[in-house]
Amino acid sequence: MQSIAENDLGTPECKSDLQVTLLIDGCEISVPAGTSVMRAAALADLKIPKLCATDQLEAFGSCRLCLVQIEGVKGFPASCTTPVAQGMKVTTQNGELAKIRRGVMELYISDHPLDCLTCPANGHCELQDMAGAVGLREVRYGYAGANHLDAPKDESNPYFTFDASKCIVCSRCVRACDEQQGTLALTIAGRGFDSVVAASQGESFMDSECVSCGACVQACPTATLSEKSLIEQGQAEHSVVTTCAYCGVGCSFRAEMRGEEVVRMVPNKDGHANHGHSCVKGRFAIGYATHPDRITKPMIRATISEPWREVSWEEAIAHAASEMRRIQAKYGRDSIGGITSSRCTNEETFLVQKLVRAAFGNNNVDTCARVCHSPTGYGLKTTLGESAGTQTFDSVMDSDVIMVIGANPTDAHPVFASQMKRRLRQGAQLIVADPRQIDLVRTPHIEAAQHLALRPGTNVALINSLAHVVVSEGLVKEEFVRERCEVDSFEKWRRFVGDERNSPEAMEAVTGVPAARVRAAARLYATARNGAIYYGLGVTEHSQGSTMVMGIANLAMATGNVGRSGVGVNPLRGQNNVQGSCDMGSFPHEFPGYRHVSEDATRNLFERKWQVNLLAEPGLRIPNMFEAALDGEFKGLYIQGEDIAQSDPNTQHVTAALSAMECIIVQDLFLNESAKFAHVFLPGSSFLEKDGTFTNAERRISPVRKVMRSKSGYADWEITQLLANALGLPMNYSHPREIMDEIAALTPTFSGVSFAKLDELGSIQWPCNEQHPEGTPFMHVGSFVRGKGKFMVTEYVATTEKVNSRFPLILTTGRILSQYNVGAQTRRTQNVAWHDEDRLEIHPHDADERGVKEGDWVGVQSRAGETVLRAQVTTRVQPGVVYTTFHFPESGANVITTENSDWATNCPEYKVTAVQVTRVTQPSAWQRRYQEFDQRQRKLAGQPLAAEPDGAPAR
Amino acid sequence: MSARRPVTIPVRVEPGSDLPPTERSAVLESVNDNRSLQGALLPVLHGIQDRLGWVPPRAVPLVAFELNLSRAEVHGVLSFYHYFRQSQPGKQVIYLCRAEACQAVGAAELEAHAKQKLGVDFHGTSADGRFTLEPVYCLGNCACGPSLMVDKELHARVTPAQFDALVAK
Ligand code: SF4
Ligand code: SF4
Ligand code: SF4
Ligand code: FES
Ligand code: FES
Repeated sequence: MQSIAENDLGTPECKSDLQVTLLIDGCEISVPAGTSVMRAAALADLKIPKLCATDQLEAFGSCRLCLVQIEGVKGFPASCTTPVAQGMKVTTQNGELAKIRRGVMELYISDHPLDCLTCPANGHCELQDMAGAVGLREVRYGYAGANHLDAPKDESNPYFTFDASKCIVCSRCVRACDEQQGTLALTIAGRGFDSVVAASQGESFMDSECVSCGACVQACPTATLSEKSLIEQGQAEHSVVTTCAYCGVGCSFRAEMRGEEVVRMVPNKDGHANHGHSCVKGRFAIGYATHPDRITKPMIRATISEPWREVSWEEAIAHAASEMRRIQAKYGRDSIGGITSSRCTNEETFLVQKLVRAAFGNNNVDTCARVCHSPTGYGLKTTLGESAGTQTFDSVMDSDVIMVIGANPTDAHPVFASQMKRRLRQGAQLIVADPRQIDLVRTPHIEAAQHLALRPGTNVALINSLAHVVVSEGLVKEEFVRERCEVDSFEKWRRFVGDERNSPEAMEAVTGVPAARVRAAARLYATARNGAIYYGLGVTEHSQGSTMVMGIANLAMATGNVGRSGVGVNPLRGQNNVQGSCDMGSFPHEFPGYRHVSEDATRNLFERKWQVNLLAEPGLRIPNMFEAALDGEFKGLYIQGEDIAQSDPNTQHVTAALSAMECIIVQDLFLNESAKFAHVFLPGSSFLEKDGTFTNAERRISPVRKVMRSKSGYADWEITQLLANALGLPMNYSHPREIMDEIAALTPTFSGVSFAKLDELGSIQWPCNEQHPEGTPFMHVGSFVRGKGKFMVTEYVATTEKVNSRFPLILTTGRILSQYNVGAQTRRTQNVAWHDEDRLEIHPHDADERGVKEGDWVGVQSRAGETVLRAQVTTRVQPGVVYTTFHFPESGANVITTENSDWATNCPEYKVTAVQVTRVTQPSAWQRRYQEFDQRQRKLAGQPLAAEPDGAPAR
Repeated sequence: MSARRPVTIPVRVEPGSDLPPTERSAVLESVNDNRSLQGALLPVLHGIQDRLGWVPPRAVPLVAFELNLSRAEVHGVLSFYHYFRQSQPGKQVIYLCRAEACQAVGAAELEAHAKQKLGVDFHGTSADGRFTLEPVYCLGNCACGPSLMVDKELHARVTPAQFDALVAK
């Protein structure tokens, strides 16, 4: 069922400079050439009946309900498949047409269960609407003939059902899965009367290749494919536009509501990042927001071995403030700090860093971006001049060669992956640089021209050898470089990468990628009309993360692939607001807008606005906070919506640091892993319970809107405000719009942003200011933000994390589609039906050597620790490399990762850990300790002893 | 591990690794003959049926993998054409006429008898694997119905008893 709030124009928008004018039912209408008659009519508010057409999919012309008459044309052409022509005269309604349409409807209805009154689609069923629209009064064929009324239901998917008895075989679901999602999991099997929708080879949806994106459910005009929540709750009565709180794609949704109850989430057709598409997380995995595990009352305790005590907000806030002040009095001003969240809104993040800088009086603020994309910020700022991706997502539709480096979009950025796959099916070429055979390498209708399966940790060697080919084979876009870049830095770089030691042949021994393949890939990218690079954490989470980001920027500049649609350097950022949290000044050395705390002009601006003195020296980064805590110098930490105990590397080091502190304030929805070490718990709000904005990977600021009251009484920004006031820093915002106004007043790149403008435009890509009042889709057009692009010499330095006889394998980590990050939310939804434990992928060769079989428990040891997982034997990974995800805390993936990090930004080297794998029969010592600690902490908080997903069947 | 629930890990099988060798080679041969064609799927399916007498559904994943299509796409095409058999035919195929002239002289009774005798519906194969029953619409033998054909041999005015004799051989 489509959104209750959207109008369907029947066929997709057509872009053309040529306007065509025609007459439809006597109205003169001008539309771009190529538009269908159906869409032209709909744009003029003339509704032509239709069933198989929707503006989300290409016209199909199968239902024959949309027939019209066109002067001078014989017969009755289908308006959905007929393009407009200059001077065309169309009749959409007359007696003859009505008779044909009624005849068609009669046939449909003769094989349809007439239980409209109790049908979940009632009120928004297109079949019912069309019966009304064509004036159906009788069905001459009766209902007794052969029919499909007893066709079985498929309820295997936890979120939607397939009730075949209601299917009209319009094929919209099949086409949605093909065109929109690109999974091609559905087909119409059989022919004629026997045709039925089949998933894969006629199995259940869950057993098929379906990834549960829900596109088919949204496309279905009847109740055949319906959300289970819709079936249970009934039709929504209003809808509110908001933004997904999961990944960095930042899909726009309409939350369809009954009062304060969410009936279903429907991706917004007007959403600029997603154009009406979504993935299983954003559409379906919202049950965590009302999960019984949620803590809604503030709690405090003196030590972590004591039970939690529920207290009033006043008491909790007063206690937290006095503890922080006590610690500062005893251990000094710098003994406390704060961590902002990439899950919270821009406004909330801004307030936390303001609280730290202005109330704590130091710059000890950091964010989880430290552990993911800090090298992006550093690397792109240095080379291009701005700490963000250069394009819109839509830009990919203009790309001819797409290079994906260390990213797995089909799992981690699914909606963007669907768009990219659409472009690849249109014929763009693909290069994948990844140690694993990610899905994109080969998936129906898509095959990478080159898969550069490099050894983990050798990114820089690879990018240098790609650059070597560009330089030595005369593929540099000399004119672009001369006009747009610093010539000195370029010449230095050219000499550097041109050196024989950086040739693919010389680097082959390091990267493991055949030189011929590197050469072919470099030529393909460099000679493309438009070449675009997309990269993820496989680039940043390395000891040379920042170097690699600069290497990518070098390559893009040298080949002239910056500054227009279809090209660019595109970091695929992980969390919903990780771009925003960086923009908002979450780093210890930067004010909002990436301005260094030592810049006097900037600091004075903030000092005047906030009426306090600010420090000119950078504060502590997260790893420094841990070090200082272990040294006894850092004692208090305010953590908003982040779980450092699970997400940060070397868990045992982190938990030791947390245990050494005297006051940890955790503000979160759940008793997360960090909260188990906390002294104050402040219950936060989900994205459904607050207003604000998120900024996605394409710098797009999108509105988040409150659809229900906060379960704890306060939105997160209000809690920070209470704490600030208790610490003596007055904050009196009555709504996040006022916080955005303050951000705009203090930050040049945001100066044009306001809630009013967001309401008007839907979303805005920063910079948004006087020069770009409606935002900036493409960066560095004409000239780079820093003026001239700067090439950086990127010498490859091998990581110190090396395999040896004790630890002969390399462990690398990643994500899976159905789970999100530390899993705090998705583990509390039925998404566990797809992934309910983290597993270790191991190559058959390495498995054989160790006597490990599919499903065996294996111990994974590194020099940092040991954990136990189950093995999945697969050739997706290369020999010598093992892989796992870290969505479940008990897996302890970060018990094994080490404290190695990027030289420039301290971003941890998650992607390379030397390990040994052995078959075992019992959990690791860490896991036994973890289980014990977990059970004890749950008891102290009065929580059930094992978390169960919301409404999941008892196991 | 105690706190975790037992789950079955779906074993990832390489497409085609579970196929009997004859089927596997029939698929690969047919794919190799036709791979370069535009729209290779139909010729590939024909090639498989020519080699095996049918297109085993369990071969679909390998066909899909080799042509880089989804299983659903292959299944859709395979099931659209009645010509493609998705079950292994018996040693002999009995084509029973269902067209008008034969209907007029008792084809329906013969059909009921044949189904009951073989214990199958149309397109089915008897449990002993000897006979597959297929409908046809006119064998050009209308004057002497009910007609049926076994292998290439036409039988006229078939009674239930004659049918029994035919399959008893
Ligand atoms: S939910 Fe998505 S992947 Fe699954 S069948 Fe529907 S469109 Fe395809
Ligand atoms: S399930 Fe829905 S969308 Fe798919 S063919 Fe049937 S009626 Fe159309
Ligand atoms: S792709 Fe990302 S933003 Fe979009 S629905 Fe999925 S999780 Fe949400
Ligand atoms: S809407 Fe045009 S044929 Fe179905
Ligand atoms: S009708 Fe049976 S042979 Fe023609």
